[in-house]
Amino acid sequence: MSELLSLRGISKIYPAVVANDAVDLNIGEGEIHAILGENGAGKSTLMKLIYGVIQPDAGEIFWRGVHTQVKSPAHARSLGIGMVFQHFSLFENLTVAENISLAVKGSLANLSSRIEEVADSFGLPLDPATLVHSLSVGERQRVEIVRCILQEPRLLIMDEPTSVLPPQGVELLFHVLRKLAASGCSILYISHKLEEIRTLCDRATVLRDGVVVGTVVPADESAPSLARMMIGHDIPHVSHDTATANGKVMLELNDVTYTPEDPYGTEIRSVSLQVRRGEIVGIAGVSGNGQNELMRLISGETRLAKSDSGVITMNNAQVNNWSPERRRQLDFAFVPEERLGRGAVPDLSLGFNTLLTAHRQGLSRFGFIRFDEMKSRTDKCINDSDVRCGGDAARAGSLSGGNLQKFIVGREIALAPDLLVLSQPTWGVDVGAASAIRQTLVELRDQGMAILVVSEELEELFEITDRLVVIFEGRLSAPLATHNTNVEQVGQYMTGQFDAPLRSGAVA
Amino acid sequence: MWHLVPRTQSSLRAQILVPIAAIILTLLCGAVMFTLLGKAPGEAFYAFFISPFTTRYGIGEVLLKTGPLLLIAQGLAIGFRARVWNIGAEGQLLMGAIVAGAIAIKFELSDSVWLLPSMIVAGTLAGAGWAAIAAWLRTSFNANEILVTFMLSSVALQLLYYLVTGPLRDPMGMSFPQSVLFGDAALFSPLLEGTRVNTSLWLALAVTVLAWVFVQRSMPGFKLLVSGLAPGAAGYAGFAEGRAVWVGLLIGGAAAGMAGVAEVAGPLGLLQRNISPGYGFAAIIVAFLGGLHPIGIVFAALFMALIYVGGDMAMVSVGIPNASTTLFQGMMLVFYLACYVFVNYRLQRPAGKVAASHGISADA
Repeated sequence: MSELLSLRGISKIYPAVVANDAVDLNIGEGEIHAILGENGAGKSTLMKLIYGVIQPDAGEIFWRGVHTQVKSPAHARSLGIGMVFQHFSLFENLTVAENISLAVKGSLANLSSRIEEVADSFGLPLDPATLVHSLSVGERQRVEIVRCILQEPRLLIMDEPTSVLPPQGVELLFHVLRKLAASGCSILYISHKLEEIRTLCDRATVLRDGVVVGTVVPADESAPSLARMMIGHDIPHVSHDTATANGKVMLELNDVTYTPEDPYGTEIRSVSLQVRRGEIVGIAGVSGNGQNELMRLISGETRLAKSDSGVITMNNAQVNNWSPERRRQLDFAFVPEERLGRGAVPDLSLGFNTLLTAHRQGLSRFGFIRFDEMKSRTDKCINDSDVRCGGDAARAGSLSGGNLQKFIVGREIALAPDLLVLSQPTWGVDVGAASAIRQTLVELRDQGMAILVVSEELEELFEITDRLVVIFEGRLSAPLATHNTNVEQVGQYMTGQFDAPLRSGAVA
Repeated sequence: MWHLVPRTQSSLRAQILVPIAAIILTLLCGAVMFTLLGKAPGEAFYAFFISPFTTRYGIGEVLLKTGPLLLIAQGLAIGFRARVWNIGAEGQLLMGAIVAGAIAIKFELSDSVWLLPSMIVAGTLAGAGWAAIAAWLRTSFNANEILVTFMLSSVALQLLYYLVTGPLRDPMGMSFPQSVLFGDAALFSPLLEGTRVNTSLWLALAVTVLAWVFVQRSMPGFKLLVSGLAPGAAGYAGFAEGRAVWVGLLIGGAAAGMAGVAEVAGPLGLLQRNISPGYGFAAIIVAFLGGLHPIGIVFAALFMALIYVGGDMAMVSVGIPNASTTLFQGMMLVFYLACYVFVNYRLQRPAGKVAASHGISADA
């Protein structure tokens, strides 16, 4: 196997941290190569270096044997490097073909037929004339992939591509990637999902604290041994007894129907849900099926209009018209999906970001901020949640995604709520810290907290929840007892088949 | 080939250096401008920035003009921090002046100690009320407050013209468009002998202290700041968005209204067509030049007042057109905004020595 891309001694130093330290990486032609690492291990930095978004401080890049300086993403594309980002860059008001024509030369008609050709040959159903806003997240990812394929890349970088897909979609994606690799295109696959890497990838390079720990053949490794390489020790297992408590109902949605103002939002259709003290309820589903709208209705950031119907009850109080602040006074805490600009103010320090939701708990008195209390509470949160940052004065926007997530989750847990609602609680958080967050949630449940978790990671939901509901196009399925269902059944529910029976197979 | 990278913490040093850099750049451009006008830059700068300090009267004039600029800018800065763009302080100032003036004229012969305080209160409320129109239109109909406050300034000016040529005109005033002179009880008392500075300066300083406490120490100030920086986070934490618009506009309007009272009950002593030499607009520049920080605004207000006074002196002694004052103000705002990027970003070489030895350039 000849080398397509080779990095030698690549280093990238940021003011607070060495993101990549003398990294060596070799990718062969037609190879599916995984980059595995915790959050903050330097995966994203490495990808940005290869794609020309940033420049290395030291080291050399060889592309097809030639010493090369990747000057910009445009330069990377001209070399034959394509990238599918976690967050898609598509225009919602344009069709699939129009979006692709922005990056690929050719007339629209010609492009449309080529899109269909590529989509067919890879078994990806995709209609070039569809407007992007009507596509699901998985379909949007297909647009991005087809756009890359049409540019005939030699190397395709995929950044956590399965985080937006249902289990069936993952299989389809793997099929496409294998086919692409067989045609000679190398694939750099970034993920923290160990099982996926073991199934898909030929080789894996493991990063820890910016340093390459080793390059292995993942199929020869077990998930625990990969995890050990990645985080330097074993992942603590989340211990989880089935909930016995039949506690008080802390959150109840009764036949809630809601039409969002945003024409591209998802309607919520007669949703009913109960969360009791001492249980963790999970909402599974592919993103964009109404999770965001539902969360906003629960948090109070949007409220039911006159034309909507239903009742939301929190801690025995009917809260339909209550502001988020009033709902928080019922000992409700919430971790939203977006960290920057919603869960935290990027331009303010971690201290002020603690004040954001904790001001009622002694951080202000007579309308004045108590800076000592604010600092000590922030320091405690940074310590308890192992947030890696420059202290309580660090701007929230300067933290890595995973670290900021740890901070926000820690901050909300520190409020000691009776009802805790979390959206994607471990999104972008490394394996070790994610496991710690899950363990904490289970312990809080055992102490009698009522917890609602929205997650796109089924493994996570199966690990910690007591009951599961599935959301599809704004409808909720009937609750499933987690110990009495399996990934296959939930996967079917996630495509809208709420009457799918439990097939034989391992029950989680 | 340098490029900008975000800072991990906002740089306090940059926050202080940025206005200074803006001032230096303005002066450099000013020197070019003066030279092109055929004036010696040294002489012009002396007239502009030094000569006001050579006489007691000059110092007094600088302080006199600092008062309203300081007052208005402190109010506006609070709104600006919440991204509420009240650019109609000029109109709010006029409304404050009109209402206070109307009271002074109505009770022309009164010698009550309560006359001036009631003028201050009424004028402040009038300024806030004028701004409240914009707040109401914004929160009810999402009408852009920039346009509304700006247009309301013109309305206020026309209202003033109407009043001083009609209902509030001095009947004995030979048809001049101005009111009667206010009685002594309706005027701020002098502060420094030999100058026109009056006790309304204390009002401006008191408002500065209050603004500092509000912005730096109080929970409502923090909520307002969050509403401006990250509306999504404000919604998440439950800080009502509409409230930020109301508070931001009302505070700005109140401060401007108070400044209007200080003008008519201070150096003017009557209502006339010209009440403010554009204080309401200049204060926008003062607020930004002071970094929207109550302490920074004190220095910015002093400097802006110096430009007003210096502009007059340079016109008289060196023959520089009066428009140079406005030019200086405009250039300062432009340079300030251009330099401000360095508060949150810094310049960085594209790569270290290793990469540099390969002779690459970065345009990423």
